[in-house]
Amino acid sequence: MDLAINPFSSGTRLRDMIRAIRTCKTAAEERAVVRRECAAIRAAISEGDQDYRHRNMAKLMFIHMLGYPTHFGQMECLKLIAAAGFPEKRIGYLGLMLLLDERQEVLMLVTNSLKHFEYLVVLNVGRDLNHSNQFIVGLALCALGNICSAEMARDLAPEVERLLQNRDPNTKKKAALCSIRIVRKVPDLAENFMGSAASLLKEKHHGVLISAVQLCTELCKASNDALEYLRKNCLEGLVRILRDVSNSSYAPEYDIAGITDPFLHVRVLKLMRTLSQADADSSEYINDILAQVATKTESNKNAGNAILYECVETIMGIEATSGLRVLAINILGRFLSNRDNNIRYVALNMLMKAIAVDTQAVQRHRATILECVKDADVSIRKRALELVYLLINDTNVKSLTKELVDYLEVSDQDFKEDLTAKICSVVEKFSQDKLWYLDQMFRVLSLAGNYVKDDVWHALIVLMSNASELQGYSVRSLYKALLACGEQESLVRVAVWCIGEYGEMLVNNISMLDLEEPITVTESDAVDAVEAALKRYSADVTTRAMCLVCLLKLSSRFPPTSERIKEIVEQNKGNTVLELQQRSIEFSSILQRHQSIKSSLLERMPVLDEANYLLKRAASTQATISSVKPALAATPGDPLKLPNGVGKPPAAPLADLLDLSDDAPVTPSAPAAAPNDFLQDLLGIGLVDSSPAGGVPSASTDILMDLLSIGSSPVQNGPPTSNFSPPGKAETKPAPVTPQVVDLLDGLSSSESLSDENAAYPSITAFQSATLRITFSFKKQPGKPQETAINASFTNLTTTALTDFIFQAAVPKFIQLRLDPASSSTLPASGNGSVTQSLTVTNNQHGQKPLAMRIRVSYKVNGEDRLEQGQISNFPAGL
Amino acid sequence: MNGSPEVEERLPWSRGGNRGGDDDRFVLFVNKQGQTRLAQYYEHLSLDERRALEGEIVRKCLARTDQQCSFVEHRNYKVVYRRYASLFFLVGVDNDENELAILEFIHLLVETMDRHFGNVCELDIMFHLEKVHFMLEEMVMNGCIVETSKQNILAPIQLMEKSS
Repeated sequence: MDLAINPFSSGTRLRDMIRAIRTCKTAAEERAVVRRECAAIRAAISEGDQDYRHRNMAKLMFIHMLGYPTHFGQMECLKLIAAAGFPEKRIGYLGLMLLLDERQEVLMLVTNSLKHFEYLVVLNVGRDLNHSNQFIVGLALCALGNICSAEMARDLAPEVERLLQNRDPNTKKKAALCSIRIVRKVPDLAENFMGSAASLLKEKHHGVLISAVQLCTELCKASNDALEYLRKNCLEGLVRILRDVSNSSYAPEYDIAGITDPFLHVRVLKLMRTLSQADADSSEYINDILAQVATKTESNKNAGNAILYECVETIMGIEATSGLRVLAINILGRFLSNRDNNIRYVALNMLMKAIAVDTQAVQRHRATILECVKDADVSIRKRALELVYLLINDTNVKSLTKELVDYLEVSDQDFKEDLTAKICSVVEKFSQDKLWYLDQMFRVLSLAGNYVKDDVWHALIVLMSNASELQGYSVRSLYKALLACGEQESLVRVAVWCIGEYGEMLVNNISMLDLEEPITVTESDAVDAVEAALKRYSADVTTRAMCLVCLLKLSSRFPPTSERIKEIVEQNKGNTVLELQQRSIEFSSILQRHQSIKSSLLERMPVLDEANYLLKRAASTQATISSVKPALAATPGDPLKLPNGVGKPPAAPLADLLDLSDDAPVTPSAPAAAPNDFLQDLLGIGLVDSSPAGGVPSASTDILMDLLSIGSSPVQNGPPTSNFSPPGKAETKPAPVTPQVVDLLDGLSSSESLSDENAAYPSITAFQSATLRITFSFKKQPGKPQETAINASFTNLTTTALTDFIFQAAVPKFIQLRLDPASSSTLPASGNGSVTQSLTVTNNQHGQKPLAMRIRVSYKVNGEDRLEQGQISNFPAGL
Repeated sequence: MNGSPEVEERLPWSRGGNRGGDDDRFVLFVNKQGQTRLAQYYEHLSLDERRALEGEIVRKCLARTDQQCSFVEHRNYKVVYRRYASLFFLVGVDNDENELAILEFIHLLVETMDRHFGNVCELDIMFHLEKVHFMLEEMVMNGCIVETSKQNILAPIQLMEKSS
């Protein structure tokens, strides 16, 4: 393109551009205007136009704000910064700060240009830091404070340290805030700054004070030495600052509603909290001033309440005297009964923190808090719900749960999910009283079954399976609920499972409880209910599959209905959902040809192992499918996965049953566990779970899932080529992987493709010391070879728990790393459960350089700090 | 080069979780139609993430009534907002920030703009975007409050206007 004749290079005025954008009626029009302007600006840039540089930058900022890419203007910022005049520099620096954050995306791949760019920035900023004009120095400090990287921080830290001693207060305050960024980027530098930070607290200028206080807070976070130093050297200064601002007479510049500088109040109180946490001496030292602030501050305006709020938090956070705590709790009580929603919100927020200090005091406000759960404002409801959840204990669980469940009935749709999750969690936590647990769960399933997570109703089934005396009651209650609330997906699933298992208890009123009314349900009523659930238009595949299994079981429990069930199953033989079709064909084959073994095949499921389920559930809420699936595939003998079958029928009749006996590949390598596997597949539900309502993926690892094999394959694996595949195909499968070779019903299960994929990247022990083992397992998204999801699992090998556990990682420049939060910061002793954390690495030189990582782990043993480091170079090839 | 590539000594240590700080993480001005009028982020977000975040937050805030509280929890942010005529002023903060103080900060920001523009309106902000940024820059740096005196905030801007 010949830029010289670009018709737009003369450009429009900023005002005209904004007007043009404002008159746009559609997004497409706006895009067109922006495209035209960007083209003009690019042209001006490449021509080296100087006259309009300033204006173009202002335009770019506006375009950037609208959310369009403006990376091409980054170099222009530098040119403006390099100019001599203040206005140019001013806008150049602003542009640098606003536009630069795109740099990471655009220039990441071109490391050299990034380095060059950084070099230029350091050069310019470094020069301006030494400028004679204090405003230009301020600009450079501000830019550095907003954008500097670790490298820049190291290069320019001495300059900034020097500027902390400058005479001009505006320069000082900016240098102090700039130091915050530096310390955050390079914590090792913290000690260099602590002396000057403490002496800044002696200043009078509020800007300097507030900046210095924030710098001190940051230093405390960065280094323990700094914390100790500041505790010794600046508490006195802080008390003085707080006394001065709270007693000061009217100061117009800092006055807000009669209070002098609430911002400074708040920051000082915060720093006091940081310094006095778990330190009795300093807590005592600030006791008086806190009491003074808590009693003297006006509470009829927002500014005063902001101070009181911070003051309460500080009192709760330090080793305060009991008198001071009572004062704080009383303030919260006043807040909670305030009519202003903002005040009530912060009160709830603070009560959460107060629970750890004084549960009894918070319990006194229980009734008010419970009212807040029903507030019209969702922010308040959420906070209150969290708080109620924390307040529930053995004595009040029943009444509080009742309140919450009652409210579930009338609450907003979008609040139901949170509420349901909390109720389920409470009910499970206090499930010793099984009857109560069942009643609550049945109510929740009826009221909000669509919001109940898979692992919750799986746990319910496991419990019912173990509570033989309550099975009759459960199946009858669920039957009634099913008739009343058939649109709640999880309710239908649980009810249908129960009817299938305990159908005879339903029709014969077996093991009635005293409180129960007997009900009359005929066998065909039960079949009716299940049929209705199967045919309901909105039922998803998993539910329908469970209905089919239930019907199959009922045909053996209720022989008179068996003909009818056969018909229903027949109807589904032509179902367009492959999974249901396959199931129906298999089931009708069982119904028609194999009467002899049907009853033993369809016996009740063995009692599910509760302890093991809970253990697995806890693990699976952390682990991803990637890490657990291969582990399961590798241990085919795992009794959890393969529940004891019905009297272990020999392999041959089962193969017979499927009518594939002629050439069934009963290979010599087939493990003995094969029949069990069969049974599992017979019960198998939803290999292709394409339903939108399908459970959360992580839930697909628990035993009940394995038992029922619900929804195990992700949709992208394609439909199972399935039961019609010629047996020859089965034989070609690699025998050692799983017992699938004889897996006739299940021609292609998901675990095959999964295990193949994972086989390429075996898990590694990334790090091991006397105290700690770290293992990594890997997973790649198809189509993204550069990206690897790593699941790190930490195991404590000692007999003492490790607390304050922090895992850190560093990678070379060509790799990008993202760390998610760890599942916990405490590693229980003796490998009793582990902590997991997921990392995502993107190798920008995939195929050329292998992954490498350095790790650092810090934790406390019996309160004593430990640090371990290591380098991981044993990553599997190809990551 | 063979063997494992060396990991440079001077690397930033990245840590899991959020920063756990008590800073502002973004400042947004949005009008009643949901159009962004100013956006300043103090942490890195890609353009797409920004657009998504702005859309989601604005939808949440616009749906609220005057009686409801001024705080909305969104993802791992807490958004403190305040409405002046047709403009919403939003500040995203970490969870342990003092919400009431941020409300006061928003008011201070609006008062500062008022003092400069004289009864500030949406158009003032649009046409003088860079000036509003200058003010904000004087007040907040890297997410921390640096100056709360209107006079001090406006001094460099007035100086610049006088010189040009």
